[in-house]
Amino acid sequence: MSELHSILILAAAFVAVFFEAWFDGFRDVLGAQIDLLPALMVYAGLHKGLGTVALTAICGGLWFDSLSANPLGVSVLPLFLIGLLVYRGREVLAREHAAAQFALGAAASALQPLATLFILLNIGAPPLLGLKSLWQWVVMTLGGGLFTPVLFTLFNRVRLTFEYQPAPQTSFRPDRQIKRGRL
Amino acid sequence: MLKKRHYIILVLVVLLVIVLLKLPSEAMGRVKLAISGLFLPLFGLAGSVHELTGRAGENLVTKEQLARQNEELRRQNEELKIRLQQEAATVSENARLRGMVGWPGQKIWNVRLARVIARDPANWWRSAQIDLGARDGLKPNYPVLTSDGLVGRIQAVGQTRSQVILLGNPDLRVAAVVQPDGETGIINASSSSPQENNMIDLDYLSGTSKVRPGQIVETWGEGGVFPAHIPIGKIVDLRVKDFGMATQARVQLAADMGALQEVWVMAP
Repeated sequence: MSELHSILILAAAFVAVFFEAWFDGFRDVLGAQIDLLPALMVYAGLHKGLGTVALTAICGGLWFDSLSANPLGVSVLPLFLIGLLVYRGREVLAREHAAAQFALGAAASALQPLATLFILLNIGAPPLLGLKSLWQWVVMTLGGGLFTPVLFTLFNRVRLTFEYQPAPQTSFRPDRQIKRGRL
Repeated sequence: MLKKRHYIILVLVVLLVIVLLKLPSEAMGRVKLAISGLFLPLFGLAGSVHELTGRAGENLVTKEQLARQNEELRRQNEELKIRLQQEAATVSENARLRGMVGWPGQKIWNVRLARVIARDPANWWRSAQIDLGARDGLKPNYPVLTSDGLVGRIQAVGQTRSQVILLGNPDLRVAAVVQPDGETGIINASSSSPQENNMIDLDYLSGTSKVRPGQIVETWGEGGVFPAHIPIGKIVDLRVKDFGMATQARVQLAADMGALQEVWVMAP
């Protein structure tokens, strides 16, 4: 299941990037496209090892940059940073409650554009920034936060489908078995 | 705490990013198109679904509506044919006069229809991908437009797709002329409202510019990328910059950048 789980996370990253490039609904209605990759990094950081986190950040970041005017590779490091932070704090971070998942997803979605912007400014590729960028940042933060519990639910369902379930406890006790026979 | 193996992964990721960011822009463009080629099946599927939905919608249109639409298109076609005949006469006259004074003739451009298959997923750039590439004879820097006006230029070309950089992106500058005054300037990304899809700046107008709101902005034709007289937009307002040394105009784009579905690529 472990490999399948990692492959599913990568496949989700692939579909998420395609969706962001293809679907204009959020852009038309809210004026900003929601990035789904930070939520995925939160999930990967909480449930998988650092290898999967790195692979998801590299693949997701490269796929995203390949469809964007971003310099290639600029999204990889911020995504990996999110995954690494979540991975380091996985023992203490709440992950079962939807509110906690929302908070983690929102924080990751807020951090990702800021870290990418920091890199873009430092490599001399300043993007389009204005007052509306603040609105876009808020939409990305909330959108990413709302998407995170949905993503967790979807992955939990998939895991339940594919993973071996623990055998249910039976009431049978061999030490209390009635032995029949001749006295 | 992070283990030694984790530090190795971290260093490898950082090294990979540094190597990628140091790639020459041409190589980076090629790598990007190669990676984005992985999405082709999904874009193809999405295109097919879109087409099927369109056809299903067409089936709902009544015969009367189709007949009316057909009649209207026939009338439009006839009007355009007459206009084309008049234009042809003007073109031949223009060519004859150019020949008489020894001016070089104007380049004839061919146009190819392309479908926009993806928009930039990042909010801070203006770019798109179209479904024509090197296989269709496209090359970098070819102008891209709609029937309303200029949209952008081809930035990178793959075998079957190309990346188009749109007006308003910081990388795209266009030499423009204001009609009918003939004042020239450079089209840049909007400095006051960079996130607005349909606003750009016309910079480097003179401090004593006579440009007024409502005037039409077209491509100038200098620079060798864009042919002259492609409409760009309309002047909205002006402001004086650099202590009166220059004027900057805000231009509303003629093409609807938020609803790009099909575009024309001009090839020489």
